[in-house]
Amino acid sequence: MTKAGTTVRTADPPTPAVRLPRRRGVELALIVLAVLLSVYGYCAVGFARNGTVPPGAAGYGAGLGVLALMAHLAVRWRAPYGDPLLLPIGVLLNGLGLVLIYRLDLETPGDRAAPTQLVWSTLGVTLFIVVVLLLRDHRVLQRYSYVCVVAALVLLTLPIFFPAVNGARIWIRIAGFSIQPGEFAKVLLAVFFAAYLAANRNALAYAGRRLWRLQLPTGRVLGPIVSIWLLSVGVLILERDLGTSLLFFGLFVVLLYVATGRTGWIAVGLLLASLGAVAVGWLEPHVHSRVEDWLHPFASIEAGQGPNQLAQSLFAFATGGVLGTGLGLGHSVLIGFAVKSDFILATAGEELGLAGLSAIFLLYGLLVERGYRAGLSLRDPFGRLLAVGLASIVALQVFVIAGGVTGLIPLTGMAMPFLAQGGSSVVTNWAIVALLIRISDSARAQYDGEAIP
Amino acid sequence: MTRYIRHAAVFCALLLAALLVNATRLQVVQSRTYDDSPANRRATIARYGQPRGDILVGGRPVTGSRDTREQLRYERTYRDGPLYAPVTGFASQEYGTTFLEHAEDGVLSGADPMLSPLPLWNDFTRSRNPGGDVVTTIDPAAQRAAYRGLGGRKGAVAAIEPSTGRILALVSTPSYDPAVLSGNDRAAARSWARLNGDADKPMLNRAARQTYPPGSTFKVVTAAAALDAGVITDLDEPTDSPAPYRLPGTTTTLTNESDGCADLSLREAFKWSCNTVFAKLGVDVGVTDMATTAQAFGFNDPALRIPFSVARSTFDTTMDKAQLALSSIGQYNTRATPLQMAMVSAAVANGGQVREPYLVERTTRAGGTTVATAGSRPVRQAMHPATAVRLKELMTDVVREGTGGNAAIPGATVGGKTGTAQHGILNSGTPYAWFVSWAQGGKDLEPKVAVAVVVEDASAFRQDITGGGVAAPIARSVMAAVVNSTK
Repeated sequence: MTKAGTTVRTADPPTPAVRLPRRRGVELALIVLAVLLSVYGYCAVGFARNGTVPPGAAGYGAGLGVLALMAHLAVRWRAPYGDPLLLPIGVLLNGLGLVLIYRLDLETPGDRAAPTQLVWSTLGVTLFIVVVLLLRDHRVLQRYSYVCVVAALVLLTLPIFFPAVNGARIWIRIAGFSIQPGEFAKVLLAVFFAAYLAANRNALAYAGRRLWRLQLPTGRVLGPIVSIWLLSVGVLILERDLGTSLLFFGLFVVLLYVATGRTGWIAVGLLLASLGAVAVGWLEPHVHSRVEDWLHPFASIEAGQGPNQLAQSLFAFATGGVLGTGLGLGHSVLIGFAVKSDFILATAGEELGLAGLSAIFLLYGLLVERGYRAGLSLRDPFGRLLAVGLASIVALQVFVIAGGVTGLIPLTGMAMPFLAQGGSSVVTNWAIVALLIRISDSARAQYDGEAIP
Repeated sequence: MTRYIRHAAVFCALLLAALLVNATRLQVVQSRTYDDSPANRRATIARYGQPRGDILVGGRPVTGSRDTREQLRYERTYRDGPLYAPVTGFASQEYGTTFLEHAEDGVLSGADPMLSPLPLWNDFTRSRNPGGDVVTTIDPAAQRAAYRGLGGRKGAVAAIEPSTGRILALVSTPSYDPAVLSGNDRAAARSWARLNGDADKPMLNRAARQTYPPGSTFKVVTAAAALDAGVITDLDEPTDSPAPYRLPGTTTTLTNESDGCADLSLREAFKWSCNTVFAKLGVDVGVTDMATTAQAFGFNDPALRIPFSVARSTFDTTMDKAQLALSSIGQYNTRATPLQMAMVSAAVANGGQVREPYLVERTTRAGGTTVATAGSRPVRQAMHPATAVRLKELMTDVVREGTGGNAAIPGATVGGKTGTAQHGILNSGTPYAWFVSWAQGGKDLEPKVAVAVVVEDASAFRQDITGGGVAAPIARSVMAAVVNSTK
């Protein structure tokens, strides 16, 4: 293992030049499949509702296809060794999300979200292309780690100065567009955590006092990172966005463990987490009611007030069964508020069934796995930590929101990556995929033309 | 670091596994629990997501469905709602269903697995079929004649075909339009409150769900019991009964509306509706035989379904002789629905056999193929066939020469019996006017229709309320509608 910042490709020019397969053709084929699947879903909705192909099917398919193709060309040009699965998974999930939102728009004619979501998706893919084209090496980011953390904190603090929407101060409104700056902060914080831990991991792992079996780090090293973490969590509790708070915490613990290998960190982390959870659950009525809902989802029905959102979500999933009702034929709109964002998975569960839901979960699983794989095959610690961090963001986010709407854990508001309505989330996730492509490209390119170790 | 990355990857895999296991629990293992929750609106949405099947009268639907484009999409509509309300009942998104809409809900709503070409498979998949139709036995001409005959008065008419038990008319007034209850909006709620608060009870099905003291029309049953028991062997023999008649074991005496009832023969006493003669006859027959005959006609049967349930008509099985005397002339605790009295009349017309009445001829799929037919219904011998022949004679005399002259139809044989039932404390209420009858057209081989009419009208003068004056003309128009249509 090499120290951060050192270059790997320095020594011995290889004599038997081994050309690694780039697999760009596989990627293109999978992208075509992803676009076709999305267009098929779009048509299925139209057939179920009106018996005809919806009017915009060709345009929608062409739009999505052109976007995916541009992304593919950018990858082909500037990241030829990139992982061929990442981009098609992103296209498929984003396309499916658009289909689900379009399908729910039919139930709420006064509130159309699909066109806006399409605009945001375009922006997201544009950002993807920009990142792939301009960011030639992920290690460049390491230099800007402190810029990243300052930017993240500014973004997190910004919504406090804007009015609360639905009880949470996480949005800022500019020119009709709602932006959730906390989403962008995720990536920036992951970059900072990765850079900081890569530079200080030995100090964290081996310095400091030993207390029984726990290796306590020195305050000098731990101070900055804990204070920044406390600050971000504090801001989030002030803004009442507990899903993101949970996500940051999880990310922090995972990266700390991966960087130092100290199980003690996990123990400390879990202790902190449970203390925090109990305290917040106790003190904050908003969170307390979420926990109550999770423990007794039918309490409001028994009290004669009708089913709450979580109960409606559970009804939707249960109706889906194994095969689902079919796109456009469910009644997940009964969930009401947030059906297109936090509860989008309930629509997938009802209309695509356990089969479709499992496929979606496995797609996320595959996305995370490719991220981890890129991390494993890299040699520089920063890149490894960044890949693991970005993949973990996706994994944790999916678990927190999917577990919440299926009644596995208390519900915390968060966007399902790519699927849910919410522009900031889509743009962020495209940025994550772009970074993972860049990292996987570096990971594989380092072996090209060399003897495989 | 590689090891720790692998550990973290395993952790992510565990999260994924937890999600998949939980999704399986929710969507497969425990899904029925959620599906069956009363708060889950999906079953309701599916129920109203397709047009409801129709109820057919005379080959034409009297119901329909209206597409509201709301969440509960289709709403019930009715053609001639008030006329057919005692048959159809209502089908409301808010207040449930009644009568045929209730009894045949499985077929009409499409939930019945028999509507599918593969019923067992359909029961497994629980998918919904298009709503089926319910073909009724109602004769629209008879129904309309009865409704028009009752006019604005409070009352009910039941008509059945004696040889089969098919119900030809089932009318109750005042009525209401069931369409006002179909929706789930504020107007439906207002209508519901108004109809329930109405003192005239327009939603009450007086023909099948309301019992009245049958009064003198019950003398048909008493006469049948007397003839079957052998208390009377000759219709023209004097009956050895005093007038007025002192109720056994009491000092109360029973009188008649008309004079000259003392010692009259059964034929004359039936014609002029002598209370004294029939009270004594009932006592002579005895409570056991009287109750047996009444029950054979259908009294005391709580299980009658047509296919919706019918109120139980009653004849006490344990009582003293004075009570039996009053019961035998349709007073005391004797109570009958108009449908029950139509069955009594039909039994006489049908050689003593009671056919269980029914309202549904058959049910069909949306395409018109038959799901189920009424089939053959159980038969009960209410009296000896010879007794039936003699009772027919007695009833014909009532119309030809006695109190039921208003029911006569030219060219047809009509038998009937009037009744004027006292009720209320010390008989203070306005009496109910009754008429039960049957009719056989000139060319018919058997009687075509048996009718029971009851009119409860507080607005008329007390002395004008008689079965022959008020109820017989209604019965006549109903019978004429049936007999003339078959000519």
